[in-house]
Amino acid sequence: MIVINRHKCGHCGACVGVCPENAIDLVDAWVEISDKCIECGICVKVCPVGALEIQHEG
Amino acid sequence: MKDEYDVLVVGAGPGGSIAAKTAAEHGLDVLLIEKRAEIGNPVRCAEGVGKESIKPFIESDPSWISAEVKGARIYSPDGTAIEMSEDIAGPEVGYVLERKIFDRALTLQAARTGAEVMVKTRATGLIIENGFVRGIRGEHFGDDFTVRANIVIGADGVESKVGRWAGINTTLKLSDIETCAEFLMADIDFDQDYCDFYVGNEIAPGGYAWIFPKGKHEANVGVGVLGSRVGSTKAIHFLKKFVDKSCSDGHILEIIVGGVPVSGPLERTITNGLMLVGDAARMTDPITGGGIVNAMITGQIAGEVAAKAISKGDTSTKMLSEYETRWKSAIEDSLDKSLHAKEVLTKMPDGQLDMLAHSIKDVNFGELTATSLLTEITRRNPKMLWELRHLL
Repeated sequence: MIVINRHKCGHCGACVGVCPENAIDLVDAWVEISDKCIECGICVKVCPVGALEIQHEG
Repeated sequence: MKDEYDVLVVGAGPGGSIAAKTAAEHGLDVLLIEKRAEIGNPVRCAEGVGKESIKPFIESDPSWISAEVKGARIYSPDGTAIEMSEDIAGPEVGYVLERKIFDRALTLQAARTGAEVMVKTRATGLIIENGFVRGIRGEHFGDDFTVRANIVIGADGVESKVGRWAGINTTLKLSDIETCAEFLMADIDFDQDYCDFYVGNEIAPGGYAWIFPKGKHEANVGVGVLGSRVGSTKAIHFLKKFVDKSCSDGHILEIIVGGVPVSGPLERTITNGLMLVGDAARMTDPITGGGIVNAMITGQIAGEVAAKAISKGDTSTKMLSEYETRWKSAIEDSLDKSLHAKEVLTKMPDGQLDMLAHSIKDVNFGELTATSLLTEITRRNPKMLWELRHLL
């Protein structure tokens, strides 16, 4: 799953713009990721501050 | 909030505010919603803009002008400077804005023209009936609502959802977005008359670093990197490296981050009952990353076309196609040229960027535009740069 470090996030919306599944939403000043996420990791790459991370389960 | 409006605008940045103001000027019933609690904050922008280009949209006011510059300098990787400047009275003199105040002034202008403005109000979906957008579902202060409108204008920025809900693919590829970080810095020593740009694959792969004066020895110091060229080193790391080298004695007062579309405009910016403007329609210039002016131009056209469509009782794609025709005639040519230039320049090794800079370093530029720079580059490098032939 994609994990957001809310302390790092600058809520710029770049991750929302690149998400191919429309799974990310910038709500006011925080980012939400829905279960439509396919863990492609594109949002992780675009984040200017490295606030997003793919965390593999198990 | 009423149950129904003529026009509903999602997003109160420059594009949305001008669209709302224009529609209200034509006597329409307009609702302008902004998801944030505060118009214009947080800023996501380097704040540089041409003085003449914003004149048609708002009367100039010192409260939102941080600094006035007389030119721009572009530094190639080996430090060669290309200077583009004008007499301080020239028409293309630039402003560095205070966006927090500028955006509010634009929204206030819309409100005073008659548009209803609501903050902390976000769209969560569209009402679509018989293939026509007929309003939105939203949330205001934790309460859900629906509101109907004959036309919805999506001005919801890089993170636009409105277009996607209507079936328009707005997804940006990593090669079509600049990932940016910026510090507002105080007490740095630099030439306050110029906006400075630094290109190079070490400094900012596929983008540039900048120092824009904000007055009082303050400056916006930032770096934008092409999404496809970023690895584990993020924009913020490039910025820290640039600051260490260029202005490590300064004090950081603010950190700003952002994503800037550099894809060129969407192929489709309308559907029945819907128009997309500004960053939401990817109207930013692919070379400079500048989006404020194009957002206002497209916002204004959308407001005018909305008025016409509503007066005729027809909000179909056919009717709204006038919006596409008009924005294309206004800005498509320059966006196309910038897109071609971006494709070529972002792939160039540092040595080639230096050669380009050497070829034009003594040129006296007549005007302060990216187009005049690109035209000169092409003229002086006919063989090496056959790829840039589209720019002339």
